[in-house]
Amino acid sequence: MHIERRAEVSRVAQLAAPFGAIAFTLLASSLLVAWAGAPVGQAYALLIEGGFGTLFAWSETLTRAIPLILTGLAATVAFKARLFNIGAEGQLYAGALAAVAVGGLHGGSGFALTPWLLFPLMMLAAALAGALLLLGPALLKSRLGVDEVVTTLLLNFIVLLFVSMMLDGVMKDPTAMGWPQSVVLQDGLQLERLIPRTRLHTGLLWALVLAVLLWALFKHTTTGFEIRAVGANARAAAFAGMPVGWVTVKVALLSGALAGLAGAIEVAGRAGYVTLDMSPGYGYTGIVIAMLAALHPLGVVAAAVFVAGILVGADSMSRAVNVPTYIADVIVSVSLLAMLVATMLAQYRLRWR
Amino acid sequence: MPALALKGITKRFGALVANDDISLDLDRGEVLALLGENGAGKSTLVSILFGHYRADAGRIEVFGAPLPPGNPRAALDAGIGMVHQHFTLADNLSVLDNLMLGTEPLWSWRSARGAARAALLDSAQRFGLQVNPDALVAELSVGERQRVEILKALVPLGRRKGARILILDEPTAVLTPAEAESLFETLHQLVAQGLSVIFISHKLDEVLRVSQRVAVLRAGRLVATLATAEADKTRLAELMVGRSVDAPQRRARAAGDVVCELNGAVVRAAGRRDVLAAVNLALRGGEIFAISGVAGNGQQALADVLFGLRALDAGSVTLRGSVMRARPRDWVAAGVARIPEDRQAVGVVGDLALWENVILERYATPAFASAGVLRRATAMAQAALLIRRFDVRGAEGRGADMPTRALSGGNMQKLILGRELAGDPTQHQAPSLIVADQPTWGLDIGAVAYVHQQLLDACAQGAAVLVISEDLEEIFALADRIAVMHHGHLSEARPAAQWTLAQIGLAMAGGQAGGPDGGSTGEAASEPDHAH
Amino acid sequence: MIGETLELLFSVPFWVAVLRIATPLILGTLGVLLCERAGVLNLGIEGIMVAGAFTGWLTVYQGGGLWAGVAVAAGTGAALGLLHGFLTVTLSLSQHVSGLGLTLFATSVASYAYRVSFPKVDSPPTIEPFADMAWLPLPVLNAQTPLTLLALALVPLIGYLLYRTPAGLAVRTVGENPAAAEGQGIDVAAVRIASVAAGSALMGVAGAFLTLAAFNAFYFNMVNGRGWVCVALVVFASWRPGKALLGALLFGVFDALQLRLQQSGGSLFGVDVAYQFYLMLPYVLSIAALVVMARRAAYPQALMKPYRKGER
Repeated sequence: MHIERRAEVSRVAQLAAPFGAIAFTLLASSLLVAWAGAPVGQAYALLIEGGFGTLFAWSETLTRAIPLILTGLAATVAFKARLFNIGAEGQLYAGALAAVAVGGLHGGSGFALTPWLLFPLMMLAAALAGALLLLGPALLKSRLGVDEVVTTLLLNFIVLLFVSMMLDGVMKDPTAMGWPQSVVLQDGLQLERLIPRTRLHTGLLWALVLAVLLWALFKHTTTGFEIRAVGANARAAAFAGMPVGWVTVKVALLSGALAGLAGAIEVAGRAGYVTLDMSPGYGYTGIVIAMLAALHPLGVVAAAVFVAGILVGADSMSRAVNVPTYIADVIVSVSLLAMLVATMLAQYRLRWR
Repeated sequence: MPALALKGITKRFGALVANDDISLDLDRGEVLALLGENGAGKSTLVSILFGHYRADAGRIEVFGAPLPPGNPRAALDAGIGMVHQHFTLADNLSVLDNLMLGTEPLWSWRSARGAARAALLDSAQRFGLQVNPDALVAELSVGERQRVEILKALVPLGRRKGARILILDEPTAVLTPAEAESLFETLHQLVAQGLSVIFISHKLDEVLRVSQRVAVLRAGRLVATLATAEADKTRLAELMVGRSVDAPQRRARAAGDVVCELNGAVVRAAGRRDVLAAVNLALRGGEIFAISGVAGNGQQALADVLFGLRALDAGSVTLRGSVMRARPRDWVAAGVARIPEDRQAVGVVGDLALWENVILERYATPAFASAGVLRRATAMAQAALLIRRFDVRGAEGRGADMPTRALSGGNMQKLILGRELAGDPTQHQAPSLIVADQPTWGLDIGAVAYVHQQLLDACAQGAAVLVISEDLEEIFALADRIAVMHHGHLSEARPAAQWTLAQIGLAMAGGQAGGPDGGSTGEAASEPDHAH
Repeated sequence: MIGETLELLFSVPFWVAVLRIATPLILGTLGVLLCERAGVLNLGIEGIMVAGAFTGWLTVYQGGGLWAGVAVAAGTGAALGLLHGFLTVTLSLSQHVSGLGLTLFATSVASYAYRVSFPKVDSPPTIEPFADMAWLPLPVLNAQTPLTLLALALVPLIGYLLYRTPAGLAVRTVGENPAAAEGQGIDVAAVRIASVAAGSALMGVAGAFLTLAAFNAFYFNMVNGRGWVCVALVVFASWRPGKALLGALLFGVFDALQLRLQQSGGSLFGVDVAYQFYLMLPYVLSIAALVVMARRAAYPQALMKPYRKGER
């Protein structure tokens, strides 16, 4: 059995591919739902309702989507240049930690600056933290040929341990009982609610603006052009005179910064402090989202909302019916693989012999 | 009964008909040449024979017995052996390993290495092809690798019986004239021992020299089969192309000022012989300078230096008197047109659109960008202009927005030519230096003629042109002066009229007209064989 | 301080710990090695280890024997490997993305299945794991389970397989130059998929070691990055089984050392260091190993390059 390029690729097939993938995903996941003994139709209805049914559901979904958009953008930038950044999770935490380091109360001895100055400073620190974290593996790849997949992966574990170390020690909130958490952000640094009495915060606007900016970067700027060329064919780009090493650095800084900002915005928009479990794998999910969006910045927004809706819906569904929340991850991973297969099959056909 | 009988072979790839109802016989003990230009269908036909593809219609008989299609193992068992154009050897494995692959059933727990080694050395003796069984392929020269490929096909080992029909796909592409001679000798010997050979080539001289019959393919069809004795170059060329081909127009002109100079240029390699050894070169305006030589003797490094990709370890390279650094942008800005050898992997970014490849080198210049923002409209207009002016076909549907990898080789080269020769659209200036590395490799005769004409025209307008080529026909068609590279040394440059084929062959092998190792067979390459 | 460390390094309990820690790494690294030698990067290892841990444990919990559990884990791994092989070899999808997707898929399905089977439990249900081989007259080894012996035996076995059998030659060639293999009538796709399945089976057994020997229950997050460490170790081992064993043991030494230091509240050269620092060490060392080996790495040349039949 092997694949063969189709003589003509119909536009219909290309547009239908994502829907085919989603249909397959829902079908496959329904088997698992049935196994849990829950009524499939009702379970899915609850899922959709929980994610997209009410204004409150939407507010929850969009709240969850904010870090996913940012980590999705981070993965998009990196993967477009063929820099496989699997370390967004660590970069997110690094950004979160940097944000509280700069903007935290520190028991009264934090920076005494007006929020107008401190907020951008805090965001800058977060972006820088994420950027520098990715710079190491990126340089190791371009100078020494070390595979960045493994280095960024391992760094995630190292960063998480480092955060744990900080939370136990220097950055511990002395007033908190129970689970370790960091010092709290100063007043005035936290993001405001977009919709009152919900958790949805202005971070959404930041995320959307960044998505549009990234889209414009790729489409209209020389930097975006360089990134696309280097990612598609680094040799030809080098021949044409593009500074490939420098472009890789730019990509690493940009991608890491986006992931770092995801962490900072989560802190500023949600709890106001850092805990070890503040990210249920946003960094990794961001990669899936980038793939689902076929590395298109605006598609990332749609994919992030989709995935966030599934995650939120699954939470609410599992409370009502006896389906474990892990179904959400199953749906996301199956939809990723199905999406890849569907887009491939739109261009190629399977031949037996 | 013929050794091989092909009946009605047809193969389609999507809309393209690669082989159209081809029927052909190979007699025992004969050398049949399969002639055709690139894209005529030779490789497809042979791949079907060997089982890599399955024909859509038709059948094959080997010594009268039908051959199961689509099965390389069946082809091997039937006695068909193939020496591919791009060697199918694993570099990190030894010669013996490469040879033993596929000779024993995959389920067996033991491997008869001792017996294999003995069989290999025996055959090597018999056919006069010396090899070291334990050498890593990565350490072998190109000629030695080809010997291993041939032995792979011929040595009876395990369940591989040794070929009775040998297919050679463009075997002399990487050999010096002397090595090619020795290959032809080997072929005569093999045929005398009962082998039947299919010799695939697009080089008319060789075809006339080596074969008893010639089969000509054109656009997927078999257009003629004739006895070699009754054929001549003109007839064969016309059959290949389907029309008479004119030699490109040349006008005599006097050489102008020196545009580019290499003085004592040295490029070193760690632990090996210098890649470029004190090369002196002067390129003058209005003149075509051709560098000949077998692949792997330093041409790549020389081209890279002139492309701005590689820095010199000693000596200097100057353009109109100023010393140039290894920065491609400097060379582009200085008005140098650069045509790389591997157009698909280096010349263009396949996934990007045509207009994006048109501005690939100058996207950051004021012509195509301001304040970091691309001027898309300007770029697309320039692309449309070049597509028209340089006759780039295949973009009719989607225009300049289509992905470049969809272009055929010839059209891709025309796009690259257009980009390079047009240069900066805001400065209407022809390039002062054109560096062309194997500019017509893999192109059909029509595209070859087009490229040659462009180079000649540019030269007539005063540009200095450097052509690096392994194709002696091309060199003699274009060059005003010729020099030969061997082991990193550049021979003295003489006017084309003062070189004979024999002299060039000698120089390519390191003889008196070349470098200091006079008389050696010029085997070992100092650079890895670049993939075409 | 030095004296204490030396004493530690020569003590039997220390090496017992080293071998225990190294066993899943040996198995996992051999698994990745088989896949990559054939030219396929398998980032699904983390998920396959979770799946193997779960299915192996479940088999025993349902009443099957321990070796039956190991077999089921191997089978689970092989099945997931076949999926990865189909996606990357037959469909030529990106090996990175397919692998990561597979990890997420396998982990989430295993976790889901566990939750469905055991909805509300305070402490995870346990099984009777492999017993130590106390009957062996050799020190250190007699405190290990048979799975460790299996892992150690597999090292020379896989070495022999790769370098001395025709199948091994086929695998190596497919990973270096698939066109060469095809030219000799070898089905490149079949060899690649088979290698990935076999390697993934080993990964499944590596996971089963965690639930059937090291611990006696299935915990979420029990694999905890060991799969990624294996991927790093393969580069460190230059894709050779003997060096893979060395790398796994080295990693085991540092991990066991770090455990000791944590337990004894040890200070590193007199400075009080937080325990997390010790936990970081193995990961830092893995990265260091990668950097050191990067220059000299003899990559299988066709690694991560998809092969289309007949394409040149």
